[in-house]
Amino acid sequence: MTAVIGWVRRWYGANPLHLLALLAAFALAGYAVHAVVAAGQWRGFAVWFLVAIVGHDLLLFPLYSLADLSVRRLLPQRATGTNDRQAGQDGAGLRRVSAGMAPSQGPPVINYVRVPAAFSLLLLLVWFPLILGLSSAEYHRASDLSTSPYLWRWLAVTGAMFTVSAVSYALRLRRASSQGRRARAPAAPGR
Amino acid sequence: MAGKRRQRRRAGCQREKLAAADPAAGSVSATSRKVVAALVAVVAVLLTVVAVLRAAVAALRSAVAALRGKVAALADPAGLLRRTLSRPPPGPFRPGTWRSPLRGQWLTSLLGLVLLVGLTILAVTGLLSYAAYNPRLPGNDETRGAPLLKFYLFSWPTHPSWLYRVDQGIHITLGLALVPFVLAKLWSVLPKLFTWPPVRSAAQALERLSLIMIVGGVLFEFATGILDIQNYYVFPFSFYTAHLYGAWVFIAGLVTHVTLKFPHMLAGLRSRSLRRELRTPLSETRPEEPDPAGLRAPSPAAPTISRRGLLAGVGGASVTLVALAVGQSIGGWTRRTALFAPRGLSATGAFPVNRTAASIGLTSADVGDSYRLTLIGTRTVTLTREQILALPQHTAELPIACVEGWSYAASWTGVRLADLARLAGIADPGIAQIESIQPKGSFRAAALSAAQVSDPQSLLALRVNGADLPRDHGYPARTIIPNAPGVHNTKWVNKITFLENA
Repeated sequence: MTAVIGWVRRWYGANPLHLLALLAAFALAGYAVHAVVAAGQWRGFAVWFLVAIVGHDLLLFPLYSLADLSVRRLLPQRATGTNDRQAGQDGAGLRRVSAGMAPSQGPPVINYVRVPAAFSLLLLLVWFPLILGLSSAEYHRASDLSTSPYLWRWLAVTGAMFTVSAVSYALRLRRASSQGRRARAPAAPGR
Repeated sequence: MAGKRRQRRRAGCQREKLAAADPAAGSVSATSRKVVAALVAVVAVLLTVVAVLRAAVAALRSAVAALRGKVAALADPAGLLRRTLSRPPPGPFRPGTWRSPLRGQWLTSLLGLVLLVGLTILAVTGLLSYAAYNPRLPGNDETRGAPLLKFYLFSWPTHPSWLYRVDQGIHITLGLALVPFVLAKLWSVLPKLFTWPPVRSAAQALERLSLIMIVGGVLFEFATGILDIQNYYVFPFSFYTAHLYGAWVFIAGLVTHVTLKFPHMLAGLRSRSLRRELRTPLSETRPEEPDPAGLRAPSPAAPTISRRGLLAGVGGASVTLVALAVGQSIGGWTRRTALFAPRGLSATGAFPVNRTAASIGLTSADVGDSYRLTLIGTRTVTLTREQILALPQHTAELPIACVEGWSYAASWTGVRLADLARLAGIADPGIAQIESIQPKGSFRAAALSAAQVSDPQSLLALRVNGADLPRDHGYPARTIIPNAPGVHNTKWVNKITFLENA
């Protein structure tokens, strides 16, 4: 028995139970797909399955990564924007900023852009047929409603999120600068 | 070597020049000098030849060795492959490309745990929702085939009457809530897609192949579900068939993935304290420890967001999606908060419609004075709307809940289906077939179980909330069945066939 398991391990690369679990899963999935084949819909089904993977892994992910990277490059790493290139490239610089060792320069602005942008894009990702009116005909036939409010709602919600973010950033900036002034104050008479 | 040779040659030339410049020297000495010069020249030429030959041999030898290596590599394709594969191609295949300092086994495990619980609930509520259609009754199954996957089906109960509403509300709302977690989880493991070499063993190859089931499955199910609730029917297949069998493919992938990864998830969760992470600001955020699965970046960049910040973002996005949609399922004043839901805040009032009378081409003649309801049992009875109104009327407070997630609680008034069965000569009703004026299209008819027909709350409703049914809600008459999916509450009913309970 151990010899057989050892043999499988050598040739397969894992415990025989690993193989068993995977074969069971493929059998179950194959049986389900068989029903789709029997319904004469397997082609669209298979295409959508693969497009879902490719669409996320090779399209959506690179796009949002690139967007995040671009925003990070464009934005000053510090509120004042001084020496931001260096802070961005030199990890220690970034850490110094985030550690608040230079409070007068304020907290990094990036997440105050990232969060509202991500939330807004997520709403668009989920509700794009309604927001862009792509399903307006079918939606109207079903519900007697129009898709037109959704675009305005999306713009309004997006605007509101960016506003809240901007206000909270301004508040944090003020707090940071007043802290900075207080931190500098005792040093002043010595000079 | 070459330098020495040149020196010697130069030395020979100088001697010849010296000899020529010394006319006082005798002819004997001139001859011997010539001999010496010739000898030196010969030696130099010989040395040169030897050196050239040596270099040529060395070059030839190394060329042969290289050729032999190549031939040997050809004879050992596995070795050649191994050497090629050991160097990843540029781009995402180089581990150094991935630099996020937040990726790591703890984060992946935490997101995995949320999804393990959430997706399990999603699968169970979805399968229950399928059972709610009583698919074993004739004509009710939208998804023919795969009888073994329908092992769990039972006659769908009529009580509690809110069960389908809650089940489907959870299915849709939880589905929306999990979107950010699915995206975050996929983000956290994405470097693994570009592992190099792509395949190390048969086991690993098979396991990677099985990921198509879980990754493809989750994306496929979310995409089809989210598009369907917005009536965006761009898919080239029946939603019911694809969403049900896609779910089974996903379940196969999920069970395998959890079986294989559960110990890793536990180890990952134990590697850090959630409480401590929630107290750690950006300035204290450090990359996780390297893990055997290689989720952590080999050379992480400085963090731009804390781990708690990322979790708050994912959780916050989830809460936002739910907050802007859940009102369509709860109803009441909360409906006005549902800015992003297909049947949320609306200008035309609170009672949502699915399928308008206009969309099925219903005319005033269809529902006017010429309207007749035909009851078929042991005898056939034809009734006008006035005659139905003259029968004993009952009122039931029942929610109507759509498979698309919205629901609405109302007060329905009409005749009990059991009373109509008796009128058609059926004392102990079995299954019944309800048909609509709607000439064609899905759900123009529905089969009801004996329990559904006999339930005292199952009505052929004529009025809702104290007024005649609006035409879009099924005027002149519609059925309302406690705990049934919305589409099984047939609108514009004009024919009911009752069978005796077998």
